[in-house]
Amino acid sequence: MVSLRTFAFASVAALGLSLAACSGASSQTDGGTVELLNVSYDPTRELYEEINPLFAAKWKEETGQNVKINMSHGGAGKQARAVIDGLDADVVTLALAYDIDEIAAQTDALSKDWQSRLPNNSSPYTSTIVFLVREGNPKDIRDWDDLVKPGVQVITPNPKTSGGARWNFLAAWAFAKQRYGRDAQAQEFVTRLFRNVPVLDSGARGSTTTFSERGIGDVLLAWENEAFLAQKELGEDKFDIVVPSISILAEPPVTVLDGNAARHGTTELAKAYLEFLYTPEAQDVIGRNFYRPTAEAVKAKYARQFPQVNLVTIDGEFGGWQAAQQRFFNDGGVFDRIFEQRR
Amino acid sequence: MASLAAPAAIEGQYLDFRSPLRWRRGRKAKRPRSIIPGFGLTMGFTLAWLSLIVLIPLSLIFLRSAGMGWEAFAQVAFSPRAIAAYRISFGTALAAALVNGVFGLIIAWVFTRYTFPGRRMFDALIDLPFALPTAVAGIALTAIYANNGWLGQYLEPLGITAAYNPIGITIALIFIGLPFIVRSVEPVLIDLNVEVEEAALSLGAQPWQVFAHVIFPAIMPALLTGFALALARGVGEYGSVIFIAGNMPFESEIAPLLIVTQLEQYNYDGATAIALVMLAISFAMLLFINVVQAWSRHRTGA
Repeated sequence: MVSLRTFAFASVAALGLSLAACSGASSQTDGGTVELLNVSYDPTRELYEEINPLFAAKWKEETGQNVKINMSHGGAGKQARAVIDGLDADVVTLALAYDIDEIAAQTDALSKDWQSRLPNNSSPYTSTIVFLVREGNPKDIRDWDDLVKPGVQVITPNPKTSGGARWNFLAAWAFAKQRYGRDAQAQEFVTRLFRNVPVLDSGARGSTTTFSERGIGDVLLAWENEAFLAQKELGEDKFDIVVPSISILAEPPVTVLDGNAARHGTTELAKAYLEFLYTPEAQDVIGRNFYRPTAEAVKAKYARQFPQVNLVTIDGEFGGWQAAQQRFFNDGGVFDRIFEQRR
Repeated sequence: MASLAAPAAIEGQYLDFRSPLRWRRGRKAKRPRSIIPGFGLTMGFTLAWLSLIVLIPLSLIFLRSAGMGWEAFAQVAFSPRAIAAYRISFGTALAAALVNGVFGLIIAWVFTRYTFPGRRMFDALIDLPFALPTAVAGIALTAIYANNGWLGQYLEPLGITAAYNPIGITIALIFIGLPFIVRSVEPVLIDLNVEVEEAALSLGAQPWQVFAHVIFPAIMPALLTGFALALARGVGEYGSVIFIAGNMPFESEIAPLLIVTQLEQYNYDGATAIALVMLAISFAMLLFINVVQAWSRHRTGA
């Protein structure tokens, strides 16, 4: 009992301390160093690790100011929710426009037309969805229609919880729509595809682990950059990349959260930071990290790395993210119906 | 933990809970005045702390889902998929708690009744599932029980798939729940008088009769406490389960994942609706276990 009471007092004391700590913390400028918070999604970790020091050096050269860029990584949806709930980000660099749309809708940190403020739908880099198969491609998987064959196991995360998985789903849909023509047939196709999925992880990295470490499945649907990274990290002799006949242009967008940046006095810095992503210097880093660069000059340099794919866009094929989310992934949408049929 | 484990032993102290009014009339009251001072202060702390840590966050769940209207609530909270998820969550948590009830009891028995080299070290190991980040546990268990894992590769030829299905979920929950049983039962077993058992034996009882009529009734309340804690923990567990579950809707999708799914759609109301149903079921189960516990304590006269 005594120990319990001690515990209670200790807890009260701890609470008091943490409250004091909270009120004392977080001032953005401190002795000539400006801080910037970039809230991003999971696979960009390595990319921004390389880009941030380059930008800091350039900013220092131009303005004499030291800049410290803080990163926060996590699942894109989770990150967007954190920003909505009050995470004080200056810029967000997320996986889907839909997530930033939600921030715009639920807070007044930025205007709804944010995506037109920077070139290429505010996406300094793009990516696409490819297949990662086991060495030598034993099941001879060449294109999307090989994925629905009996006996082929497909690994993809859950589109309800993973942004990457939504791109996977839509790419499969786009293929079926072009091949068979009608929505009903496309739905039939993705239903068969998901019948071949033995495990639905909640995020892209989880699926990569399931496929590469657990040895489950014959093909992994993955971000192109994740597929290259898996090959690099886990050995080129273990996996092959297969590029399907058709895929989707994934545009991970970036934007300044004007409201937050204005409050921190970092508007100029935040804008310069995102514009820097479009410079040849940053674009080169982007290419090296297996994202597709958007600047023409750098594109040519990495042309050999990235095979030509027939890419559909979310706006052209599905009428934008809001419509796609509503139709396919929200409750009662196409994806839910697939699993209700399966029962 | 000790106070949770042996409520009977400290019951005398519950007598202190009297209203301030009766406190003043202390001398006239039948029961003796408490010799421990400071009831008002500590009770104040208790209420303030409980409100801050438990009641206010939980009432927010009620408030949030109260605002959404019955139809919208039922649509999310009682969809076929949600009901399948509740069944999986509560079913696997129940199975895991039952398994832990049996094996946790045996472990607690071994640790309290026998001495052997390394006993203290093994005893300390029991607490590891408390300390380990649950995601680490989930990844480790998956690595072991997946079809290419250390144990999974021997289970597969037997036709047992131990990961990516409800069996996998149960395995993770057994891991998570074990310390609750062991730590609840241990102190009671230590306090149990060996003389009583010896008396029973000398009066001609068979060993199984000693267990069934002497030992088991005494540890029953503590075992139920541990069972309830393990069950409650298992129902809400997310981090470790998510890696080993496979997460297929209607097959191996747990209710906490559905909550995350709702949040992923920015549907905060939907998330709280599912949370509310889980909360209600959990509360009913815990209440039921408490009633059984009180009944069994009453019956054995402990």
